Amino acid sequence: MNTIPGRRIIMVVFLIFLLLPIYWLVNMSFKTNTEIVTTMTLWPHQPTLENYKRIFTDESWYSGYINSLTYVLINTVISIAVALPAAYAFSRYRFLGDKHLFFWLLSNRMAPAAVFALPFFNLYSAINLFDTPWAVALAHCIFNVPLAVWILEGFVSGVPREIDETAFLDGYSFPRFFAKILVPLIASGIGVAAFFCFMFSWVELLLARTLTSVNAKPISAIMTRTVSAAGMDWGLLAAAGVLTIIPGALVIWFVRNYIARGFALGRV
Amino acid sequence: MDKTINQKAWFLVLPVFAVVAFSAILPLMTVVNYSMQDTFGNNQFFWNGVGWFKELLDPSTDLGGRFLASLGRNLLFSAIILAIEVPLGIVVALSMPREGWTVAVCLVILALPLLIPWNVVGTIWQIFGRPDIGLLGYTLNSLGIDYNYVSNEFDAWATVIVMDVWHWTSLVALLCYAGLKSIPDAYYQAAQIDGASRWAVFKAIQLPKMNRVLLIAVLLRFMDSFMIYTEPFVVTGGGPGNSTTFVSIELVKIALGQFDLGKAAALSLVYNLIILIVCWVFYTVMTNAGAERPEKKGAA
Repeated sequence: MNTIPGRRIIMVVFLIFLLLPIYWLVNMSFKTNTEIVTTMTLWPHQPTLENYKRIFTDESWYSGYINSLTYVLINTVISIAVALPAAYAFSRYRFLGDKHLFFWLLSNRMAPAAVFALPFFNLYSAINLFDTPWAVALAHCIFNVPLAVWILEGFVSGVPREIDETAFLDGYSFPRFFAKILVPLIASGIGVAAFFCFMFSWVELLLARTLTSVNAKPISAIMTRTVSAAGMDWGLLAAAGVLTIIPGALVIWFVRNYIARGFALGRV
Repeated sequence: MDKTINQKAWFLVLPVFAVVAFSAILPLMTVVNYSMQDTFGNNQFFWNGVGWFKELLDPSTDLGGRFLASLGRNLLFSAIILAIEVPLGIVVALSMPREGWTVAVCLVILALPLLIPWNVVGTIWQIFGRPDIGLLGYTLNSLGIDYNYVSNEFDAWATVIVMDVWHWTSLVALLCYAGLKSIPDAYYQAAQIDGASRWAVFKAIQLPKMNRVLLIAVLLRFMDSFMIYTEPFVVTGGGPGNSTTFVSIELVKIALGQFDLGKAAALSLVYNLIILIVCWVFYTVMTNAGAERPEKKGAA
């Protein structure tokens, strides 16, 4: 690959720019509130685990993580399950209204969450799903399903058609072909799609907050509670923030070899 | 391109259609319904026709003024972040190490901001920029620059823009990197034999190869910045005054804050329509770019 002069310096400066704000958050999470408010220290001088301890022992805190992970996982499973057959159909066949349907799906990926906040609230209240992980999981489908279809379509198109034809000649039924041949072939694509569903569901707040009140409240909404009568509890806020970064960081590590292709949505 | 026509494929698409229709068409019909009605409270509605839409598009009314002002701010914001993130993303992609363990490290760090929940992104920058406890705010102020994103409009804008650049440049960079990776080495060798300059290599080989991914990048970045809500809301709350109130923030204020259903619904529809049009333009350009490719190959 051909590169540009001074690339090492550019890369290092950019990475520092990315890491510095995150470092500051991590730094603060290990400090006591007194140290945060009274002095400016580049690293914690009296490191404490008190903030993390409070989150892990207080149910109203750690239940937020469980709630968030629950709806993210439900959403990922639903999105991939419905998107797989559709991706195959879009990749292999032409049918009435296929292009319009594809565009309509894409346009839903782009629809602003703010537009749907209020109608979703009405809809999920009406069918008694309000304040359950299912409401958030289904609501997030509006942008994750189209995205999953889009990514998987790219990966299915990378599988030569001859493989389908040979399988059918060998007497494979369609469901069997799908499960035994196609899915293993595009396993990395499914991983990438799952990664993106996870990512967009994990980072979204507006819908998740609007559709929950007590029982299914996501961690990102609980975080706003750190304002109390005694002022902001900065250390606790920072610790909660750091803990929301960790699942993402873990997931990235597992898919690091596919990240680049994945971000191109299987279209390079 | 040699897809077979098979109407039974609809059965494979049906689950997707059902799921998305449930979450898209049903709620959107509620919105259409609200946008045509007004209420005296108590769930009594009456027909208002296109009244809300007229008000929305008339800058002299309160609603219209707020909508058009936030739309203008949002377009300016989108233009600025695209102008920064796209070139910067290309530069970063070109600066990626060629091989070795550093590649994985760079990729992981680049992807990191993308997986942080949006309100935590807001929180990170809210803390980072505070003059009393944030590294950035503290450093700027001790250097003699009077920086305060809570009271100064310019500082608020600068913070929101730098935050977005921090948050999303990686996306552009990763997309471009994926495009660059797909260029065979033979192209570069050929360029070397021809004695092409670096700039010529960039213009003739790398940029054309990145065309498609750049299009995706611009589309995603435009859309996401056009509907940005959480991050600026956490950092500035739309202020100082209304200076960082973008369309989504305005909409949520009207819909969930004031519970002005009719106004919010009309705003939603116009907002959605703008997005639909932009999306369609991109989609058309993208599919055309895809269709042209094989022809070019044939000609060469």
